Order: sequence, then structure tokens, then C-alpha cells
Amino acid sequence: MKKPLLLLFLLLGLTGCASSSGTWGWYVIDPTTKGGWVNVKFLISGMGDTILISVIAAAISIVLGLIVALPGQSSQRVWRIVNRVYVEFVRSIPLLPMLFWVFYGLPIIFKSMGLDIPIDPFWGAIITLAVSDSAFTAEIYRSGIQSIAKGQKEAAQTIGLNYAQTMRYVILPQAIRRILPPLANQFIYIVKMSAFASVIGMQELTRRANELVVTEYRPLEIYSLLIVEYLILVLIISAGVRWLERRMGSDERQ
Amino acid sequence: MPNAAIELVDVNKWFGTFHVLKDINLTVGTGEKVVICGPSGSGKSTVVRCINRLEEHQKGTIRLDGVELTNDARSVASIQGEVGMVFQQFNLFPHLSVLDNLTLGPMKARGMSRADAEDRARRYLDRVRIPDQADKMPAQLSGGQQQRVAIARSLCMEPKALLFDEPTSALDPEMIAEVLDVMVGLAQDGMTMVVVTHEMGFARKVADQMVFMDEGEIVEQSAPEDFFSNPQTERCRTFLSQILQH
Repeated sequence: MKKPLLLLFLLLGLTGCASSSGTWGWYVIDPTTKGGWVNVKFLISGMGDTILISVIAAAISIVLGLIVALPGQSSQRVWRIVNRVYVEFVRSIPLLPMLFWVFYGLPIIFKSMGLDIPIDPFWGAIITLAVSDSAFTAEIYRSGIQSIAKGQKEAAQTIGLNYAQTMRYVILPQAIRRILPPLANQFIYIVKMSAFASVIGMQELTRRANELVVTEYRPLEIYSLLIVEYLILVLIISAGVRWLERRMGSDERQ
Repeated sequence: MPNAAIELVDVNKWFGTFHVLKDINLTVGTGEKVVICGPSGSGKSTVVRCINRLEEHQKGTIRLDGVELTNDARSVASIQGEVGMVFQQFNLFPHLSVLDNLTLGPMKARGMSRADAEDRARRYLDRVRIPDQADKMPAQLSGGQQQRVAIARSLCMEPKALLFDEPTSALDPEMIAEVLDVMVGLAQDGMTMVVVTHEMGFARKVADQMVFMDEGEIVEQSAPEDFFSNPQTERCRTFLSQILQH
């Protein structure tokens, strides 16, 4: 917990030094002044939506990724093809075009089907991030499942477990431990990509920074703070993952 | 005449174009112990793996208690768990405690309550002589202990027959005896056993039938007294002299 704070002070200190030259105007986000405090509060209050969008999208991606990954392990070719097509197709779409397609295009399809499902910026961002990420999560699951020795599956079969039980009690618990680091990586990626939600009007961190820049004309300071906000988020996630890894890894070996 | 526990009739299997099993005929009566030996690559592991459906055979018939094995999914599921298997590499579940390794099958595949499954697990841990290791993780045990846990895990399914695929080949020499002792105990209690092994001392002690395989065929099949004192084929004589020499 000490390290992120230290880094933050270091960064602010460094940039603070340069303020005397007139390049910087920290007053715009100086929490000790009334106006600065209002601005800081406005910027930081985007944190909730950034976190909420990222967490929900990651949760959907983790479930969806598994649903996509399992057919890839099937002995039947049709299922493997379904898996391949999904992964190759979804991971080839850049996030921003997909976001536009979901937010502006999908409601038109819904309407033509006679469905009245509005897509607001919040859910538009979540759907896009989750689907886009699920192709990568699926590949991570694949590598994890394939890394478990064949003997584990065979041992599970010889004590009468069916496919679903073998996956649930034997293969996945071991695979999850191994894929935790790459999954965490994906989560960090989602947090950063959630910045794209700003372009469809979601008032998360980046959107708020943009709006403040327009009224205050101080992009350097405001975007600096924005970067620090993401930095803090990512450092907290990293610490959380390391804790989780220690907890899950402790009972397997030694 | 009662049904044989395990019966293989003209079983053939190919891996691609490689003919691994050629017209295998083998009958194992209830309570009988069969030891299969032979050089590596002779197909002996594949025989036991076909018996419990870890591999499919392409031609011939395999019957368990008179019921033919087909490749139909339901038939596969009903067989697995009826026939226990002990692997060379133990294949314990490393993320589960010894006790959880033992209760998983009875609870999930047989729907037993946790209390009953744990009672049973402790009974079989006692039988393989490691009653005090129930709460350890597999990696904390020695190889010999891990293999005995694996045997107990199979026993917890109360199988009709138990298959062993080179159960002592991955063990350090000083641990082989403790595993073989447990296996002799099982044999004396009347378990139907098919054992792939090169432990000829064990074979002499418990086998009702010896089977020698080479290049996918059963070359020789006889009672242990004939097998060891009077092997009929040159291949079998060579093999026996090689493994008994040292």
C-alpha cells in the first residue's frame, strides 16, 4: 500500500518543480482552494463508473470466455469450429468500431425485430468491453486447461466423474490458479479500455477530464491527474491479484 | 457357468496405422489375479486402458460381468467407477487434500453424503496403512504414500475389479515394497486384479495367470509356476532372463 502513494508523490513532486517556469498551472486542481477542490471532486467522481463498468465487463467476460473456451476442447470438430470462428472474429474487431456498432447499430437491429431494448452508454460500454475481451479470456482458459496433465482427466474418469464434474472439480480449479496472472492482465486492460466509453457519453474518468479541459483550458494538469487516477486503479488491482495468488497458491505446493 | 469379471475376445486396436493390439483374448474370472508383463511398447498398458474405456478398441468384444462395452457414452460412464484404475504417475488431484481426493468420486459420482464418504475414505486409508495423512496435500507425501492414496481412492468407489498400470515403476526402490504389500493384501482379500508390472516377486506371490505380451500380441499365457520354470517361447525366455538377471 505504501508503494502507490510514494509513486504518486514522486510524480506530483516532479511536475510541481516545473510549475515555477509558468508551464504548469496546478491551481486548476489544487484541493486547498475552493475552485480547485470542486474540479478535483468532479474528476474523481468518475472513478465509480470506471470501476463499475470494468468490474461488470470483466465478470461477464470471465463467464463468457469459459463458455466460448469449452467447445474448443471438444472431441467434435463442429464445436471446435464454433470456438475458432468466435475467437478469430471477435478479437479482430477494434474496440472503438465495436463500441460504435453496439451503441448506434444494435438498437436499430433490435427495433427491426420489434424489440424495444434501449442501449444506454453504461450498458453499451459494458457489452462491448465484455464481448471484445471474452475472445482473449477464452484463449487464456484454453491455455490453462491444456496445461493440466492428461492423467488428471483420466483419473477423474476412472472414479466415475462425468465431463461437467471433471471440469468443475478437477480441471478448472487447477487451471484457474495458473491463469490468474494473465486474467489479471486482461482486467487491467479492461480498466484502461473503459476510457473509450467516454466517446459515447459515459461520464467516467476520461469523459470528465475532457469536459473539464474544455471549460478550464488546462489540459496538461488535468490529463496528468487523469493518468495518475488510472495508475492508482491499476496498482490497487495488481496488489489485489498478488494477494489472491498467494492465497490460492499456498495450499497446492509444499 | 457364471460370467467372467473381464472378458476380451479378439480385441484389436490401432493408433492411426499402428496396430497396437492384435487379436487379444483374455478371460479374468471373479477374484482372479492376472499379471501382464512384456517389453515397453508391447501394448500391455493399452489392454488395461481399453478395459476401463480410457481407450476405445476398434474390433472385437470386451465384456465386464457379461455386459459388452460399447463406445456409447452411457456405457462408458457406467463402466468407469465400476473398474478402478491405479496409474504409474499416481494422478492424485494436487489441489485437494488426501481426504477430498478420496471422497470426490463417492460424493459426486455416487451421490453419497460427506459423512458417509469420509467414513469410507478413512476406512480405506487405514487399509493402505496411512490413516494419519488424511488432511495433508498430496505433494506433502512420499511417492509410496501417494500411490497408496491412489489405491485407496480407487477402493472408495468399491470397484468390481482393479486395474494397475505399472504402479511401482515411478517409485524409488525403497518405496516399492510398501505399495506391493498393500496390493498383496488386496489380492488376499479376493479383489479381481489385472496388474501390468515387472515385479516378478509380486507376480509369483499373487498371480493366478501370467500373460506375456510383445508387439501387440499375447505371446504366452500360463499359470505362474509354468511361466517362470518353463517358458514356451524364445521371446518370453529372453525377456524373463533380462528382467530376472539382476
